[in-house]
Amino acid sequence: MNIDVTINGESRTIETEGHRRLLDVLREELGLVGTKEGCGEGECGACTVLLNGEPVNSCLVPVGQLQGASLTTIEGMAGSESLHIIQDTLIRYGGAQCGICTPGVALCAKWALEKEPDASKERLRELLAGNICRCTGYQAIVDAIVAAQESAPETSLKDAKEPGDE
Amino acid sequence: MVHSSKSGEEVTAKGSVSQSSVGKGLPRVDGDAKVRGTARYVDDLKLPNMHHGMTKRSAVPHGILKGIHKRDGFDWSQVVVVTAEDIPGRNTIVLIEEDQPALVAIGAPIRHHDEAVALVAAPSRELAHEALTHLELEVEEMPAVFTCEDALEAKVKVYGDDNILKTYLIEKGEGDIDAKLAACDHVIEGLYRTQAQEQMYIEPQGMIASWDEGRCHIVGSMQCPFYIQKAMCTLLGLDAEHLVVEQAVTGGGFGGKEEYPSMIAGHAALLAREAGVPVKLIYERDEDIAATTKRHPSVVRHRMGFDADGTIRAIDVDVLFDGGAYQTLTQVVLSRGVLHAAGPYKCENTRVRGRAAATNTPPHGAFRGFGAPQTTFAYERQTQKAAKLLGMSPFAFRELNMLRDGDSTATSQILEGSVGSEAVLSAVKEVAEAYALPADDENSSVRHGRGISFYFHGAGFTGSGEARLAGRATVALAVDGHFEVRSSSTDIGQGVQTMFTQIAATALGVEPDVVRVPSPATDRVPDSGPTVASRTCMVVGRVVNQASTALRERIEAWARENGFGDMPLRQAATAMAKVEGEIAETVQYAPPAGIVWDDEMYTGSAYPCYGWAACMVDVKVDLDTYEVTIDRCVHAVDVGKAINPVVVKGQIEGGTLQSLGWALWEDVIYHDGKVANDRMTNCIVPTFSDAPEMHTIIVEEPFASGPYGAKGVGEIPMDGPCVAAVGAVEDALSSLARSEGFDVLPVSPEAIQRAMRLES
Repeated sequence: MNIDVTINGESRTIETEGHRRLLDVLREELGLVGTKEGCGEGECGACTVLLNGEPVNSCLVPVGQLQGASLTTIEGMAGSESLHIIQDTLIRYGGAQCGICTPGVALCAKWALEKEPDASKERLRELLAGNICRCTGYQAIVDAIVAAQESAPETSLKDAKEPGDE
Repeated sequence: MVHSSKSGEEVTAKGSVSQSSVGKGLPRVDGDAKVRGTARYVDDLKLPNMHHGMTKRSAVPHGILKGIHKRDGFDWSQVVVVTAEDIPGRNTIVLIEEDQPALVAIGAPIRHHDEAVALVAAPSRELAHEALTHLELEVEEMPAVFTCEDALEAKVKVYGDDNILKTYLIEKGEGDIDAKLAACDHVIEGLYRTQAQEQMYIEPQGMIASWDEGRCHIVGSMQCPFYIQKAMCTLLGLDAEHLVVEQAVTGGGFGGKEEYPSMIAGHAALLAREAGVPVKLIYERDEDIAATTKRHPSVVRHRMGFDADGTIRAIDVDVLFDGGAYQTLTQVVLSRGVLHAAGPYKCENTRVRGRAAATNTPPHGAFRGFGAPQTTFAYERQTQKAAKLLGMSPFAFRELNMLRDGDSTATSQILEGSVGSEAVLSAVKEVAEAYALPADDENSSVRHGRGISFYFHGAGFTGSGEARLAGRATVALAVDGHFEVRSSSTDIGQGVQTMFTQIAATALGVEPDVVRVPSPATDRVPDSGPTVASRTCMVVGRVVNQASTALRERIEAWARENGFGDMPLRQAATAMAKVEGEIAETVQYAPPAGIVWDDEMYTGSAYPCYGWAACMVDVKVDLDTYEVTIDRCVHAVDVGKAINPVVVKGQIEGGTLQSLGWALWEDVIYHDGKVANDRMTNCIVPTFSDAPEMHTIIVEEPFASGPYGAKGVGEIPMDGPCVAAVGAVEDALSSLARSEGFDVLPVSPEAIQRAMRLES
């Protein structure tokens, strides 16, 4: 089937079988390998992408559901020059170690701060609880998100969105 | 020197990095690629015509393989099948011994569930998966043994005649230990059990193998490229020249990618050899959990005798580990377990006996802490009980008995320098005094508790291990004027590339951005030894420092001779590279003087130095649900010198949560030797919501032979938070539950319920 989607701001038509996992289509057909597979059953969150602005586990989404949708993957998070502020604070605070969970964590954190810009640390932990990290003990990631929250006025979080994320 | 960092504070010194970048929180050199998603892990790599491999595994825990049959009615034309008959070299994955086969041969024993029996490769994963279901194993099942205690009876033989993989004995003091204990005012005896633990790196294991004119190239997720090379040479009948192993960006290891990757590399290489095309072999999560190594389950009996004033007089420990079906690394893990079993306490009369038994479960292996967490749990439960019995504060009991500079360990090693025992304990004590535990409201269903633990961890290989390894590292001035650190130390997330960049840049006197630390490949780097044992910074970092210094001196000498004496080193180096081409300095590790170890008697300098740590955990326990919430975790760790405080803090916090997870939630459940919870849904690890806000305290008691004073930090954070948490739960429920209920891990709500029931 043909599926029309907007991926990282670019309109695309994907010709594929509708039952295929979004994760596989992204990685194998579109070459967007920044989205990672950790468990294949929606537990670890490594394959998180934003579907119409909301985080989903792309291992659980049949690609046939995406007609007309807008997707953001990690490849679409940074601008061409500068990093998204969350990507920047993740590096500076040590929120990325082995890095395999990082694309999913970064996207989910972006969503969390857009959804609830004033979220407390405790609330941020709830919002991120679908993303497992085995390296950091989560502290540095929480600190990085709080730093992004504190240093970024609400507008700059929105400005930092990539063009296609409407 | 003590740096305290509460959550939310940035420990980094902001601003530009000076020429001495050691001690600064330099952002990770691989950070940009990781946050952009451009870092390439093994599953992100594609080679032309690459096929996908999968593994056919045994469905019984013990038996004889009678046959492997390809079912009719399936088109096998596109599928390659490999069995033991196709192995060109010796059918073994060699590390310490050659007891473990790469593939079970027909007529040979299957010794555990999910053991590799045959391999398939096909152009797509889907087809490979379908082929697996059409491959049938004919097996004659045999009786099996599943616990290390049952294995000692040797009714079922898994390894040799007695199932004993290894024994150790450590003795200190004259005379009979039972008599020494009998003479004490008090003796506490406990039996402690710990469970298997899954490393749960988020990137599953995987390898790609390809062949080119008799040369095999392996790329994948790994900790130890030269371990794989050695194992592959034996399996494939090749010399090292024809076997190149390269690390891809690796998504976590924690010990789980120390020895098992050799198995996967071997399988991928065999398939690629047979198929004539490159083969990628990536484990599914359930396969990874079911088949790869875990932390050894343990049974530890600990007896501690002390005077009425709390002075410890005698310690007797009996350590039993479940090794699983093959030797793998078990004897080394057990060694570290027994060497830490008496704890960081002075005691003139000590006996530690250690045994590891083989069972029909998948082999247990390396996991951060490497045997020490199991024995730490036992000795710190004992210490908690002793302080309680005497009515002493947990700090006072430890202050009275702790090892200090100049004291003698259980192996009669005299500690000389870099002993942070007092500093770590007093750092935690200070926080404990500042934050009182909330008082319990009798009408509420919540009870609060606090637990303390204190422990040490030997850094580097045991005894003469580092001298035998003789690890080497190279620092080169490349033709483009950049500097390159070449070692076999792998960055598996712990920050090796960043830390080596800082060490080399500081020794060379250049900015960090002109130093590169590429991922290792066996044809491009010297063998620095494996990336294990908290040795990378302390041992390989020292060699990198020495090689960098030698290179700097060579460049300075060249500059003086050629009239560039006034030029900054970086410019002189660029000029030299243009004239002389690449220049490299390689240094081999020389252990510090005075390391004397007797491998027969197990006495002497077990480790060149130790890390020291103390932890305090505050919990609340819900009396209705027995749910435990961690309210506070304070962890002070003596690391010698934090080369990069952000990286060090990350190591401490990551290890802390793995330890807390092992204490309260994580479990691997076996049904007749098969992992029953082989998914992330039921083999759980802590989430953002489970983890506490952490208060991490970095203590620096410099180690004279480490680079800038640094010693190991990777493993010690895994050793002790667990028992602090368990002590906290016991403290919360003090009069409501029996103490023995907290001697078995994990202390899950179900375990707490059982402990409560015992009381009623």
